[in-house]
Amino acid sequence: MMQPTFSSSRILLPVRPWFIVASLFAALLANFLPTAHWPGIPDWVALVLCFWCIRETRRVGMGWAFFLGLAMDVADGAVLGQHCFAYVLLAYFAAGQSRRILWFPLAQQALQIFPLLLACQVIQLLMRLPTGADFPGWGYLIGPLSATLLWIPATFLLLLPQYQPVERDANRPL
Amino acid sequence: MAGSDHAPPPFFKRGPAPLALLTFYIALSLALFFVDLRLRSLDLLRQTVALITDPIQRIAQMPGGLVDNAGDYLRGLDKLLEENRSLKQAQLQTAPNLLRLEQLESENDRLRKLLAVKEREKARGEVARIMYTARDPFTRRIVIDKGQQSGIVAGQPAIDEAGVVGQVTRVFPFSAEITLITDKDQTVPVQVVRSGQRSVVFGLGSGELELRYIPANADIREGDLLVTSGLDGVYLAGFPVAKVVSIERDNSYAFARIRCAPVAAVENFGEVLVLAPRASQPPPPPDSPGRAGNSGTPGQEEKK
Repeated sequence: MMQPTFSSSRILLPVRPWFIVASLFAALLANFLPTAHWPGIPDWVALVLCFWCIRETRRVGMGWAFFLGLAMDVADGAVLGQHCFAYVLLAYFAAGQSRRILWFPLAQQALQIFPLLLACQVIQLLMRLPTGADFPGWGYLIGPLSATLLWIPATFLLLLPQYQPVERDANRPL
Repeated sequence: MAGSDHAPPPFFKRGPAPLALLTFYIALSLALFFVDLRLRSLDLLRQTVALITDPIQRIAQMPGGLVDNAGDYLRGLDKLLEENRSLKQAQLQTAPNLLRLEQLESENDRLRKLLAVKEREKARGEVARIMYTARDPFTRRIVIDKGQQSGIVAGQPAIDEAGVVGQVTRVFPFSAEITLITDKDQTVPVQVVRSGQRSVVFGLGSGELELRYIPANADIREGDLLVTSGLDGVYLAGFPVAKVVSIERDNSYAFARIRCAPVAAVENFGEVLVLAPRASQPPPPPDSPGRAGNSGTPGQEEKK
């Protein structure tokens, strides 16, 4: 029997829209946790948004990016539009590159994701620094690196509901 | 019906072209960015979105609060008794001053009346709990659990038991944001207690403060206490703000470089007292056109 791994070429079940919404909401919640101040904690919303923009180009796009960015801006107390701008650009390039990125095996996908997430962070830095904000330290740029390392587990987790077999087996946990 | 025969089947419909959408959203977010930054007129939008995000944030902060509570619980009786003892001792030590405070204040009032000086304003305020530090890494702000519903307005100063913490800069329905005095370019007008010299202290963004515009030969020493001067119409006079930590006197500059450390536990969690806005502001001097525009909130001075 074929192993249900994420790198296998087996056909996935169609994604459930509520799962996309739930995962984005969970990412938002994760961003609001007090752990956000620790160095190297990734921007969960950017990661999950990037994932869905690559996987489900037609369902999640720049509209989602914009409104999630707005929520992040208000919750952060940042200047409005800062996250919106970065996330919209992230969504655009993620969707544009989705066919190419999905062609690669997972580890190489992560390498393709890294510049996207880094750019998302650097754009925010470039938006704030000229307006007189304080440089937050290099720890700010470690976030995308850890997000890149989390790409493989994130892919596995977010695709998990789609691995379910068509014939439900009551004894199988997933 | 005949016309719709030639329409493409629905699975080819993809909405507007990505580039058009991108242009639209980017224009929208840049507009938001500049309007918010320059005009600061998007408070209504901010408050509306905050109505949605605020509950989520409160939920997200709950685990941390539980851990804190559990820690307090487990620390045990001994520690509490110890704390109680030291608090009682501290109370006893301050008792002589406190007991005479009322008498001193009435005496002060009487003397001020004799001298026909305006009465000293009394500090009133509202205790608020610090919920969390704002996530924005570019600024130093905290969020407290009282907002418009408790009558908090922007501009109110906040203090803790040791000194000035910051100033309320944004108010939401159920919470408010306090910009700490250590935030970059946050300003507090101060006075050196020992010499009575007045100046302004600026936040540096690194948890330190800098006392600027003090001449290199001025009488200031390490360890000097700076208190609010009350000249700004925002902070009441006499609250401790910072202590001078180091002084660099360089002959090539006109001003000394003076670093200070905040007196209040500015970057720690706990409770703050949000002081009521000052009742009456001194009228601006009649014939000085250069200072006419400075009657607003001095904590938010424009950067050069």
